[in-house]
Amino acid sequence: MRRRCAVALTAALLLLAPPTSALAATCPRASLPDVEDEVMCLVCGVPLALADAPQAQRERVFISRMVRQCRSKDEIESALVAQYGPRVLALPKATGFRSAAYVVPALVAALTVAGLGLAAARRRRRPRTSPRDDRVSRPALDPLQAARIDAELERYR
Amino acid sequence: MTARVPRPALAIAVVSIGVGALIGLLVYGVKATGRGQTLDDAIAHGRRPAAPAVALPRLEGGARAALADYRGTVVVLNYWASWCTPCRQESPLLERWQRRLAKRGGTVLGVDSLDVTADARAFVREFGLTYPMLRDRDGETQRRFGVSGYPETLVVDRDGRIAALQRGPVDDAFLRRSVLPLLGEAA
Repeated sequence: MRRRCAVALTAALLLLAPPTSALAATCPRASLPDVEDEVMCLVCGVPLALADAPQAQRERVFISRMVRQCRSKDEIESALVAQYGPRVLALPKATGFRSAAYVVPALVAALTVAGLGLAAARRRRRPRTSPRDDRVSRPALDPLQAARIDAELERYR
Repeated sequence: MTARVPRPALAIAVVSIGVGALIGLLVYGVKATGRGQTLDDAIAHGRRPAAPAVALPRLEGGARAALADYRGTVVVLNYWASWCTPCRQESPLLERWQRRLAKRGGTVLGVDSLDVTADARAFVREFGLTYPMLRDRDGETQRRFGVSGYPETLVVDRDGRIAALQRGPVDDAFLRRSVLPLLGEAA
C-alpha cells in the first residue's frame, strides 16, 4: 500500500513539474561574464569585469542571483540601474559633461574626414607635371655659368 | 589687397586650437568630477562651511528626508555601505553615540551609498541601528562632501555648517572632540 502511494506521488510530481528542457528553453541565457563587461564598478570607476573591490564583489553576487532567477540581460541591467542608478551602466548617458564621450570622438572624426577631403581636393587641383615637363620648365642656364660647370666637371674625368 | 595667411601657419593654428580645446575639456572634466579639497582645507583652517543640500529617500522607504530637516540639531552624518568592512566595526560605536545624542539634541544620520537595498537593510537589522538612514543609490550627494571612500563622517552643527570631518572610520576620541562641544552651542 505504502509502495503504491509512493509511486502515485512520484508520478503526480513528475506530471506537475515542468520539463527541464522546456524551462531551459524559456530561460534567457544571461551570464555573469556577459553582464560584467557592460556595467561599472562604481567605487573603482572601471568596468566590473576588471574590478576586484568589495563593492564589485557585491555587484557580482547581485548579478549571479538574478542569473539564477533566470532573468534576461536587459532585466538584470534594469535591476542594477534601480539599485545603483544609471551610472552603473558602462555606456555613459549623453547628458552633461558625459556627452563629451560622444561629442569629442564624433568631432575629431568629422574634422579628420574634412581635413582629408580638403587635402585630396587640393592635390587634385594641382597641375600634374611629368619629370620631362619639369625639365622643360626649369630656367635655362646662363651660358657663362654652363661653361664654368662643364669645366669643373671636366676636372673630375 | 588682403594679406594671405601662409598655409602651414594656418594648419598649425587649427591644430593648436584643437589641442587647446581638448586640454581645456580634460581640465574641466577633472575639476568637475574630481574630489575637491576645499572642504577639508576650510575645516583645517577652523572655518565652518555650510553643508551642501542633501535630500534623499529613506532606506526603509517612505518620504524623502533632507539634511535641512535637522537644522537646530547636531548631526553626525555618516556615509557607509554594507560591503565596507570598516563600517561593520564602526557601526556599534555610532549606535552607542546615537543613544547619547538623542537625549541632548543631536543625532547620527546614516547615508547608505552604492549599495543593494536588501543588503543595507540586513546590515541595519544585524547591528540593531536605530538612527535614521537615507539611501544615496549612485553616490550623487557624497561627491558634494568630497566623500571618496567608506566610511566617512561629517559633523554638522546646529546651524547646518560642517564643523569636523573624518575620512575613514571614526573612534570615540574623534566623536568626543568634535561632537561634544557642539552640543553646548545654541542654534
